[in-house]
Amino acid sequence: MNLFAVCFYSLSAIILVSTALAITRVNQVHAVVYLVISFFATSLLFYLLGAPLLAVLEVIIYAGAIMVLFLFVIMTMKTDHPKSKATLWRQWIFPLLMWLVCIVISVVLILRDPDAGLRIMPYFVSPVEIGTYLFKNFWLGVEIVSLLLFVALVGALYLGKGGAPSVRCGEGEKP
Amino acid sequence: MTVYYGEILALSTILFLMGVVCAIARRNLIMILIGVEVMLNAAGIALVAGSARWEVLDGQAMVFFIMAFAAAEVAVGLALILFLHRRTGSVHSDTYSVMRG
Repeated sequence: MNLFAVCFYSLSAIILVSTALAITRVNQVHAVVYLVISFFATSLLFYLLGAPLLAVLEVIIYAGAIMVLFLFVIMTMKTDHPKSKATLWRQWIFPLLMWLVCIVISVVLILRDPDAGLRIMPYFVSPVEIGTYLFKNFWLGVEIVSLLLFVALVGALYLGKGGAPSVRCGEGEKP
Repeated sequence: MTVYYGEILALSTILFLMGVVCAIARRNLIMILIGVEVMLNAAGIALVAGSARWEVLDGQAMVFFIMAFAAAEVAVGLALILFLHRRTGSVHSDTYSVMRG
């Protein structure tokens, strides 16, 4: 029972339990907080598998930016909590059944894979190596992703201002 | 007792299917987006595991891109939800069952 296996099993237990709790909460803030716990455990799993830069980025981007954005949006919106539309059992039976069937099928497929019996050793990659590799081989993807982030910024700004009907021309300009 | 490659793939698959269940069983638009985030995270776990198994860096590079565009997608998605909430006053997906205009 080596340390790697103990860490992996405890981290995957935390990930699965906190994600299961996150997707079943009625209160959205509770769901986001459970998901932040899941992302922290995922970040530790990334570090365990040998990607320290990805672990740090997972905390910064996923848990630190995306989930905080979720919390801001939830807090600024007065979302209705109608009691009659709470988590209904009838609404969940069919998805849970589908989930079980898909898990059984995927476990069978994974067990048939000849790679499934390989022992994973952590492939440790320093940030220098991954940065050099990214910019040497995928520089075009990095540029496109920066353009994509800019496009997302413009889109979010435009939608946040209220879209087309509330944009008014300046004084003295023709509409 | 060591960790097998199939176990990490099984973890990633179960997590991905949990995200699918969240996206299809919840009626709140924000919870659907949370399901999408869980799915992207599960794909990231599978990619890092593949990168460790074949000992190449391609999997970790792809997780970079996944994180970047997941952030962009969440920004635009939440802006859309805010816009919809401002227009109709609810984030329950049953409100959007009729096309108007």
